[in-house]
Amino acid sequence: MSETSLGLTPSQTVGPYLSLGLPWPDGPDVVPAGTPGAITISGTVTDGTGAATADAMIETWQADPAGRFDHPDDPRGAVSPAESGHPEFRAFGRTPTDDDGNWSIRTLLPGALPGQAPHIDVSVFARGLLDRVVTRIYFPEFADANATDPLLAVVPRDRRHTLIAVPDGEGRYRFDVRLRGDDETVFLQL
Amino acid sequence: MTPPLLQPPGYLPVPDGTHPPLNSPGYKSTGIRAPSQQPVVLPHRLTEVTGPLLTGPVNPGDDDLTIGEHGEAAGQRIVVFGRVLDSDGRPVPDTLVEVWQANAAGRYAHRWDNWPAPLDPNFTGGGRALTDSLGNYSFTTIKPGAYPWGNHHNAWRPAHIHFSLFGRAFTQRLVTQMYFPDDPLFAQDPIFNSVPEESRHRMVSTFDLAATRPEWALAFRFDIVLRGREQTHFEEPHA
Repeated sequence: MSETSLGLTPSQTVGPYLSLGLPWPDGPDVVPAGTPGAITISGTVTDGTGAATADAMIETWQADPAGRFDHPDDPRGAVSPAESGHPEFRAFGRTPTDDDGNWSIRTLLPGALPGQAPHIDVSVFARGLLDRVVTRIYFPEFADANATDPLLAVVPRDRRHTLIAVPDGEGRYRFDVRLRGDDETVFLQL
Repeated sequence: MTPPLLQPPGYLPVPDGTHPPLNSPGYKSTGIRAPSQQPVVLPHRLTEVTGPLLTGPVNPGDDDLTIGEHGEAAGQRIVVFGRVLDSDGRPVPDTLVEVWQANAAGRYAHRWDNWPAPLDPNFTGGGRALTDSLGNYSFTTIKPGAYPWGNHHNAWRPAHIHFSLFGRAFTQRLVTQMYFPDDPLFAQDPIFNSVPEESRHRMVSTFDLAATRPEWALAFRFDIVLRGREQTHFEEPHA
């Protein structure tokens, strides 16, 4: 097969001006304001010098609260937002960082997937990143599920906390992304 | 009833020599932004083989960057078009393609871009389109100019258009840059040259005389290839 396959298009950096092409007004709203059960996940993206990264973008992708996706390649079948009881849930979030490197999305807690703890897949794009870097957000209240999650199990114990959001008040979490250096976020190879 | 297949087939691995290494010393800011630790391998499971199938954020006219608020954008009008395919040659239909670029003078309509080339009040430099059922997309735009940047002595970016694609799965997400054929600035650009040599040509569009619009616009073809699927396996996964 490989001799007939097409060569992949290489990745390049988004550069410093991604905000001309990528953000949407409602990008950070995986669910709209006022949605029952909505949570907010916020954080800061910092670089290897500890400086805030003002020209980054975060994208999130996750299951709905029942652990289902509106996608035909889920072998369990696609479940649309209307069928799931969360008609305005988009599953996808996108936000640039602000001048202080901060980002925030409003969403619903993902449900558990078979054999996996509830999680959100995250892409980080920025000037100086020639390809996106990928990580995952897990949640502290699912300690039992996290303890048996197959990804967390292979992450070195002393770095595992970088994948777990920190409670930050009612319905609020923090998830900081440290691209490089001290307490560097665990990034994933897909 | 067959139990659900909980470990769906994933996407083919990215061959070595495709993407640039995150730490590419010629491009200075990789030194403070590229992670220092090896990534942890994430096998493809449900979250990775699914992804946003977005068709909402495209409005009529979003694929024409030349129509400004007060008139036409300045510069050479071009059509940029092509197909989005996966590495098995299958088209990627109904997927969002987003672009952004500098104007004809090489300046971005962005508050941080302050090099002294003229801004064009009729060119914001952002566009969106969806691929059709065969994976085709097309934009009408202005050929972007080259511009200097502070990476090294006399550093100039070759003319380029930024592209963003979702594909059909989280695993296929790609941001890249399209370049123009025979650009004399390739040799000194560390971002273009961060990609292994054998793969750089895949970022370079081709001039297509047959696709030009007579008396109107030059045309450049840029086909984009995303990761293909692993073979579907039918046996039950082992517990």
